[in-house]
Amino acid sequence: MVRGLLLLLFVGACIVMSRSAFSSNHFKRQSKSDGLVAWQQVYSVLISPRCINCHTATNYPQQGDDRHRHFANVIRGPEGKGVPGLNCVSCHQSANADSTGVPGGHNWHLAPLSMRWQDEDDQPLSSAVVCHSLTDRTRNGGLNASGLLKHNEEEPLVLWAWNPGRRQNGAMRTLPPLTHAEFVTATRQWIDAGMPCPR
Amino acid sequence: MVSLYLDLPTSAQEAGQAPPAKIFPPDAFIHIRPDGKIVIQVNRVEVGQGTHTALPMILADEMDADWSQVIAELAPAADVYKDPLIGVQWVGGSTAIANSFPQYRQLGARARSMLVQTAADGWRVKPEQCRTASSIVYGPGNRSARYSDLANEAARRPIPDKVALKNPSEFKLIGKPVRRLDGRAKCDGSHKFAIDLDLPGMLIALVARPPVFSGKVRRFDDKEARAVPGVRDVFEYPLVKGSAVAVVADKFWIAKQARDRLKVDWDSDGIEHADSSRLFAQYKELAKTPGGVAVKRGDETAIDRIPESQRIVVEFEFPYLAHAPMEPLSLAVRFDGDSAEAWVPAQLPTWEQAATAEVLGLAPEQVKFNVLFAGGSFGRRGLVDSHLVREAAAIAKRVRGRPVKLIFTREDDMRSGYYRPMFAHRVEVGIGSDGAPLAWRHVVVGQSFVKGTGVAMEAVLVKNGVDKLAVEGSSDSPYDIPNVDLTAHHPTVNVPVLSHRSVGYGHNSFVRETLIEELADRAKTDPITYRLRLLNKDAYKFRAVLTLLNEKASWRTGLPAGHAVGYACNQYNNTACACAVELSIVNGRPKIHRVTVTVHCGLAVNPLTVESQFQGGIGFGLTQVMPRGAVTLKEGRVEQGNFDRYAPPYIADAPTDIDVHIVQSTEPPTGVGEAPVPIIAPAVVNALYHLTGKRYRSLPLVAL
Amino acid sequence: MATYQLNVNGQRKQVDVDPSTPLLWVLREELKMTGTKYGCGISVCGACTVHLDGVATRSCVVPISLLGNRRIVTIEGIGSDPVGRIVQEAWVEKDVVQCGYCQSGQIMSACALLKANPKPTDDNIEESMGGNLCRCAAYVRIRQAIKDASKHLA
Repeated sequence: MVRGLLLLLFVGACIVMSRSAFSSNHFKRQSKSDGLVAWQQVYSVLISPRCINCHTATNYPQQGDDRHRHFANVIRGPEGKGVPGLNCVSCHQSANADSTGVPGGHNWHLAPLSMRWQDEDDQPLSSAVVCHSLTDRTRNGGLNASGLLKHNEEEPLVLWAWNPGRRQNGAMRTLPPLTHAEFVTATRQWIDAGMPCPR
Repeated sequence: MVSLYLDLPTSAQEAGQAPPAKIFPPDAFIHIRPDGKIVIQVNRVEVGQGTHTALPMILADEMDADWSQVIAELAPAADVYKDPLIGVQWVGGSTAIANSFPQYRQLGARARSMLVQTAADGWRVKPEQCRTASSIVYGPGNRSARYSDLANEAARRPIPDKVALKNPSEFKLIGKPVRRLDGRAKCDGSHKFAIDLDLPGMLIALVARPPVFSGKVRRFDDKEARAVPGVRDVFEYPLVKGSAVAVVADKFWIAKQARDRLKVDWDSDGIEHADSSRLFAQYKELAKTPGGVAVKRGDETAIDRIPESQRIVVEFEFPYLAHAPMEPLSLAVRFDGDSAEAWVPAQLPTWEQAATAEVLGLAPEQVKFNVLFAGGSFGRRGLVDSHLVREAAAIAKRVRGRPVKLIFTREDDMRSGYYRPMFAHRVEVGIGSDGAPLAWRHVVVGQSFVKGTGVAMEAVLVKNGVDKLAVEGSSDSPYDIPNVDLTAHHPTVNVPVLSHRSVGYGHNSFVRETLIEELADRAKTDPITYRLRLLNKDAYKFRAVLTLLNEKASWRTGLPAGHAVGYACNQYNNTACACAVELSIVNGRPKIHRVTVTVHCGLAVNPLTVESQFQGGIGFGLTQVMPRGAVTLKEGRVEQGNFDRYAPPYIADAPTDIDVHIVQSTEPPTGVGEAPVPIIAPAVVNALYHLTGKRYRSLPLVAL
Repeated sequence: MATYQLNVNGQRKQVDVDPSTPLLWVLREELKMTGTKYGCGISVCGACTVHLDGVATRSCVVPISLLGNRRIVTIEGIGSDPVGRIVQEAWVEKDVVQCGYCQSGQIMSACALLKANPKPTDDNIEESMGGNLCRCAAYVRIRQAIKDASKHLA
């Protein structure tokens, strides 16, 4: 019986410990309504210009805080990397080029159409639609919850949004509405709540 | 009359070689080198229009020169290179071929005559017994002599007064498709434009210009600017109006970094802060009142007696346009105290030489003025006030002893002014019972870049207070309209303006050709037929191009659903052209599938050039309909700075196919650089009407 | 100022410039190679196009500090490449150029297209050349020259 109790304690500890692999700050499950609040925070970042400009539904990226169509007729191309002669990397290097005003990061390219967060009129999709899209493993690159968290935490092009470089006039590009840490926290909270989506 | 001949070393001249023989000094134009190369000097700058090939073709043909040995060279500033009709050295107004065709023929024929005379004398035969071909004189028997061997002797001969010109049936080059002489070098990176100039000891200057035209420097702080390594000097200097701050440095990027760190406090007090919206509102009001008279024909009250149902009143708006040549403005000057040298892609070399001299306190002859190739101009480098050389000279004067290349960044270039002015038109047309226009009352409102400047051409161009260049296209309409009342107002606005490729036709012909087609549509008549019926009997070139268009655009019947056709025609400096445009709407923009264009330019000296100028001119003219094809000012500041916000057509915006058909003619050649530009915008807008029923009276077409 | 070792058209070069200096100006002013042109400075026109490790790149926006050891090919060197040579000949054959200022960039972009796709469709041409501005609008002949070059490629 002691062995059974010890086993129970051990299993309980494992559950507690595996919980903290997701949420080091919270060891209790988030409520659905808290999760929806957290999702809104995540969504607010996703539809901010530094992110949504490359999650288009069209064959072109956007640029600027007003999210106008990217100049010089640059287009998506078959793999989201542009076309020969006019690739993303024809201008966007592996790091920001502040002296010339061109943002850069590792493997600069468009998110695939399956990960679009706007419609074909360049209007952001609703919170519900984006949420479903993000949690659909056939569309989100096969990411599960931990994959999504890791993506938001570590993916270089995601991190770029908080280090977006300067325009040619010296002005820093505007940042997303949350800090990266807040974004990661909100992601965790949402995941802890079971990744609920609004209706 | 003594002509100044500037003996330029040719670029490939090796040390130790005998200097090239000059034919008929003091005139320049032809150098025959001992190795057989023939250097022909072209009296106007090449900006892309093809004169660098066509003018040498004309001379080489009459001279019977071996074309494969011909090298073209840009002539420096000198009176001997003046346009024979205009009387000043210049390029513009599509006049090069028209005005220099006889001149270059004469030059070639005279050279040939002197070479033949020399050979004939040497062989003791008569010139009539000789013939020439490919830089060789052939005499009786098997005698022959190369031009290069005859040249030195020939150069000592008197220049003949009269020479026989070839019969056109003998032309070997003129009238043939000849590839550009400057083509290959422009494809391998070796061709040099003004901005590519590199001289020993050269410095670079960038300028901080006032944000509002005519503004001046109140004070500036150059401490941080001067701290950038490689900066030589920072100083204020005068502009034509206002003042600016120059940064002189070893290299472009150093100058740019320094200029970025410069803090200037600008004084924009008491000067007009021009604003496009405000100006359009003012122009619109002004257009309701008659201005200075350009044309008054027939009965000016006739229109008031035409029933309202038979009258239309239309208002048009055209914005400022930037030239925005691909090569941003740049030029260089070196001042040595008692002499100077300039390197400028100038449309008006002697004029600018004089302006340079004036700023430097020298006589024009003390300024050696080199003309360099220009990467496009469209009129931007044809400066009435010579502002560029004045600025470069002022900077060179301060720097002294070293050449300074003044470079405009793209933003500097686009914000520097000298735009095609904005215009508003108000037209009332009274239509007769036969559907033809009976009366035309038309007011044009827009700045003149000539009026009030005091330049020589003002007296020729401005009459009754009306600048011909602002109303051309309306004032010389080819249509028979019995009652015409055309007047114009030229407001004074604090925005520098200038000639822009096709000048007044760019907006006037839009008005004319959209209204004419509107009348044709009202009369339910085919637009080509309608125009032909309405043409003045003297407009024979218009008749020829419209008739040919009717034949060549036979595709216009049977267009697929969602496609429509529109038309326009124009004549610029005696070259007439007409086009039919097929378009559809794709993603909210006009997609042009094809353009068929016909042209009457007299004898087409180089059909390849005519075709390229027409294909290019039509593409250039499309800028006017692009959604970002306008320069706008807001409270004194130009809102555009680069091609992101002033976006001309890229390849996807330009027609996929443009077929050009030249009317066969032996009449004297006329120029083609500007003729095609005004026809595309009205044709596009006319086609859009046929497709959607919507009319467009304002350019650019921001949204359909 | 920093020292950079470059490989330009197969040759080693060394330059001493501020790290922020765009590659365009290093080529033009340090190496005196003016075939690559300045048209806009913000990568919107394509006149400055070079190849970096074979990728068409707009040199006006690449600070020399981000170049790394990528091999540079410019308009002055593309003629040594079999595709480059065919493209240049097609450009001459079709008499493409007018003022010519944009054409270095046009040719470098066209070479990148044809090296990746020797038989481009009209749409391929329009897409790959879509960001190269020509104020003279020589586009009709640019298309023709690319198709002509394509015919000569296996």
